[in-house]
Amino acid sequence: MSDRRHPIPPAPISERVRALEEALAAQRLVPAGFLEDTAAHTQEELRPENGARVVAKAWVDSAYRARLLADGTAAVAELGFRAPNSEFLVVLEDTPTLHNVIVCTQCSCTAWSVLGLPPDWYKSPEYRARVVREPRTLLAEMGLEVPEDVAVRVWDTSGETRYMVLPLRPAGTEGWSEERLAGIVTRESMIGVARLCDHPGRRNAE
Amino acid sequence: MDGIHDLGGMNGFGPVEVERGEPVFHEPWQARAFALNLLGIRVLKAYNVHEYRHAVERMDPAHYLAASYYERWFTGVATLLVEKGVVTRHELEARAGGGFPLSRPSASVQPGGLSQPEAARFAVGDAVVVRDIHPRGHTRVPRYVRGKRGVVVRVAPRFEFPDLAGHGLRAHREHAYHVEFPARDLWSDAAAGRETVIVDLWQSYLEAAS
Repeated sequence: MSDRRHPIPPAPISERVRALEEALAAQRLVPAGFLEDTAAHTQEELRPENGARVVAKAWVDSAYRARLLADGTAAVAELGFRAPNSEFLVVLEDTPTLHNVIVCTQCSCTAWSVLGLPPDWYKSPEYRARVVREPRTLLAEMGLEVPEDVAVRVWDTSGETRYMVLPLRPAGTEGWSEERLAGIVTRESMIGVARLCDHPGRRNAE
Repeated sequence: MDGIHDLGGMNGFGPVEVERGEPVFHEPWQARAFALNLLGIRVLKAYNVHEYRHAVERMDPAHYLAASYYERWFTGVATLLVEKGVVTRHELEARAGGGFPLSRPSASVQPGGLSQPEAARFAVGDAVVVRDIHPRGHTRVPRYVRGKRGVVVRVAPRFEFPDLAGHGLRAHREHAYHVEFPARDLWSDAAAGRETVIVDLWQSYLEAAS
């Protein structure tokens, strides 16, 4: 039953998906609107903007930061973020001497509730194979030079724990509102492949 | 299984290509394939998430590497719905108007020799060694840490043991541990820099370091 030896050329993937949908629908196994609603809900509710709000709150509220690092699952639930696949969320705190980066080498497990569905590069064989083996080289290729005196910890999501990185707050953002801070937090920084830019000369702009 | 999915540390892969402003789904079929898996797990309850992961792992290796993420996702879903008798491959091929590649059959599992105490056997700071095991069925212990020595940095809650759940078998829950390995102990060519890798490992995968 090997694909390569299969006598019939594969139908295009879009046709295969349609075929399975129709086969299930013929047995009345697809509730009305389920596929559309699931896809819409996923894109509207599970977003990296959620994680950005968590990060911004942790930057301005030290008590929240402490709760977030002690119990990530409960702390993100305070903001209303929950997902069945991130029931045990661990937040990894970057410091001036420690950089965290996350990966799922065996598939692409991700904390959907705070990072959203993962981007293609995160799911690529290139990222999964290389980041555990040559993290500094790969991060540099992706535009992030981690100084030699900063330790790098690579977290492989091989079990049921889901991770999110709490990046360093950029310089020059003192006095910014939580909302404004959330606007500069990127998904890449919460995965650990990018650092947030400092904002020189834009102090207390609000 | 020692499959193509277990990519950690493999050589030969090129640069990571990042797409700016990437949409969640690139094509309408991807959104529908995504939702079909949630249908299979949550609505039809035809299989669980561990079985889904294993079904993707069982793809023909060449197909696995050539397929996009959502094609892998969809192949896992279609494979399970055929294996569970919900639909037939014949019907899928007829409706699709062409071939319908599915994953290869699962190996029979004999998860013997695993101890499953209810209580956590290890604590933060304990040195542990990853058992050098090669199950033919589903497992979540990556090849690159087998036989390696690490230190427990966090005790995670108890979760269903995937080596059993991945085959639809009744699975007990046991603690998992975040185990930290110095990169130079994993890769002989690693620089002596301060890099470590932390892997989330179930208790049955671990032994106390002597």
